[in-house]
Amino acid sequence: MNEVPSLRRTIGSIFLHGLVVALALVFLTPLGFALITSFNRYLPSAPDFSWLPWPPHWRNYVDAWTARPFPLYLLNTIVITELAVVGTVLSSSLVAYGFARFRFPGRNILFGLLVATMLLPGQVTMIPLFMIWRQLGAVNTIFPLIVPAFLGASAFNIFLMRQFYMSLPRSLDEAAMLDGCSPFGIWARILLPLSKPSLITVGLFAFTAAWEDFMGPLIYLQDPNNYTVSVGLQLFNDEYGNSNLNLLLAASLLHILPVVVLFFFAQRYFVQGIATSGLKD
Amino acid sequence: MPRIRSESLWGYIFISPWLIGFLGLIAGPMLASLYLSLTNYDLKHADFVGAANYQRLYADPLFWKALINTVLYTALAVPLGLTGSLLLAVLLNQELRLKGVWRACFYIPTLVPAVAASFLWGYVYNREYGLLNQVIGAAGIPKQGWLETTHWALPALVMMSLWTIGGGRMIIFLAGLQNIPTSLYEAAAIDGAGRWRQFWHVTLPMLSPVIFFNMILGAIGAFQVFTQAFLITKGGPDDATLFYALYLFRMAFEQFKFGYASALAWVLFVILAGLTALQFYLARHWVHYEGERK
Repeated sequence: MNEVPSLRRTIGSIFLHGLVVALALVFLTPLGFALITSFNRYLPSAPDFSWLPWPPHWRNYVDAWTARPFPLYLLNTIVITELAVVGTVLSSSLVAYGFARFRFPGRNILFGLLVATMLLPGQVTMIPLFMIWRQLGAVNTIFPLIVPAFLGASAFNIFLMRQFYMSLPRSLDEAAMLDGCSPFGIWARILLPLSKPSLITVGLFAFTAAWEDFMGPLIYLQDPNNYTVSVGLQLFNDEYGNSNLNLLLAASLLHILPVVVLFFFAQRYFVQGIATSGLKD
Repeated sequence: MPRIRSESLWGYIFISPWLIGFLGLIAGPMLASLYLSLTNYDLKHADFVGAANYQRLYADPLFWKALINTVLYTALAVPLGLTGSLLLAVLLNQELRLKGVWRACFYIPTLVPAVAASFLWGYVYNREYGLLNQVIGAAGIPKQGWLETTHWALPALVMMSLWTIGGGRMIIFLAGLQNIPTSLYEAAAIDGAGRWRQFWHVTLPMLSPVIFFNMILGAIGAFQVFTQAFLITKGGPDDATLFYALYLFRMAFEQFKFGYASALAWVLFVILAGLTALQFYLARHWVHYEGERK
């Protein structure tokens, strides 16, 4: 009696694992295919595409690094990303603290507006913002790309931080207040150290958003010397067309690598952050 | 009394970065864009033209083309993506070894920056060397120009969007699945419900708030599809992938017709607001919140 279900379960389990492995392979195939291609010789000149390029054609990576000012694009991206991360983490935790811990007239309406901005398509503000930055002479600088981060532009991250602060007991604040801590001190010395996991989550989201941002740099960085990687990658494509596929793919993989490495170190925070965003409680 | 005043003051101080950003980067520009849409602003002119842009837009075949393409893309990508994410979450919610590894495998495509993903998929669809043509070639099917034929280009971009079904949406579904109390399944089993009926009558209703959340954000995101079309198909062939956001971008930043582009932006805003309101209205009939009440 007992053996039949357990045999059925074993077969079911094997089937399930087979399905997951097959699906995982399908999902990773485009990346693997690009990786293999990036180690092949130039496609049109190579006699045939090899699934196992041996010896690997490392030159593509050297060329990708040097054919365009790739290190410059990388540097520009790193500067913008770092500042955007600092700005987002600072502003979202400050603003979230304000919404979570203080009562003031209009708070609920303002918080409702904040949530509503998550649904606002960026196109509606894109043109006037461009005109404003142009008036300020800030086109071709990093300001249009980083100032919004310091002004709490990512409502989602504020929302995330607020949820976290709401879960911390108010008795912490009250105890600190009795010890003479100012509201600012409570934030800096009590809540910030406690919210490390949430801050990391927000920092990760800010990092990936800034790292892969395309529309922003496309609009505001018109001088090729200011390009970020996401905008600079196009140049690999346009100038050489198809003949440069290997280089384009090598450069694209270099663009992907930092995000994937970061993910592996911080997987836990990514998953927690996303999971809490979709579930109220 | 002074205490309360000072509490409000501190509150305003702490939210001031966002408040300044909201006024200067969102509310102000929104009003400015509404005004711009009533002008013919294009770096040379700046005259008030009333509703002329909106009239022109109504008669603009490319506007309709872009709108239809975008609606079609959204109508395909959102339901397919939601179903895919949900099925993947159900799969990962089973008893599996190395769960973290599989979850990471499905999540990695989401980490690929949109620009790199566009080039990767442009290559997958490449007529000569692309993976897809190699795979179907092995099955004896002749090579297709996936991105070069009008009837394949849009579905190809929809398929590309499904690459990220293992991303945030799936994680949210997974968390939602884990929040469903097992007692509900036990009760359903006692009532004689098989796994299929349990899925329809327990899992889906309990998950409906999360499905709704993903649907709202998914539709808004899909409606703004841009990067893939901008980089790999350039809106072509024959405007088959001319999406709304791409048309708007071209009007604004390639042709500098800021007035006309602002009208496009406001129409987009109204469409998305209407779509979202409609979804909230319909949600009353299928989203169940009982499970969330504490």
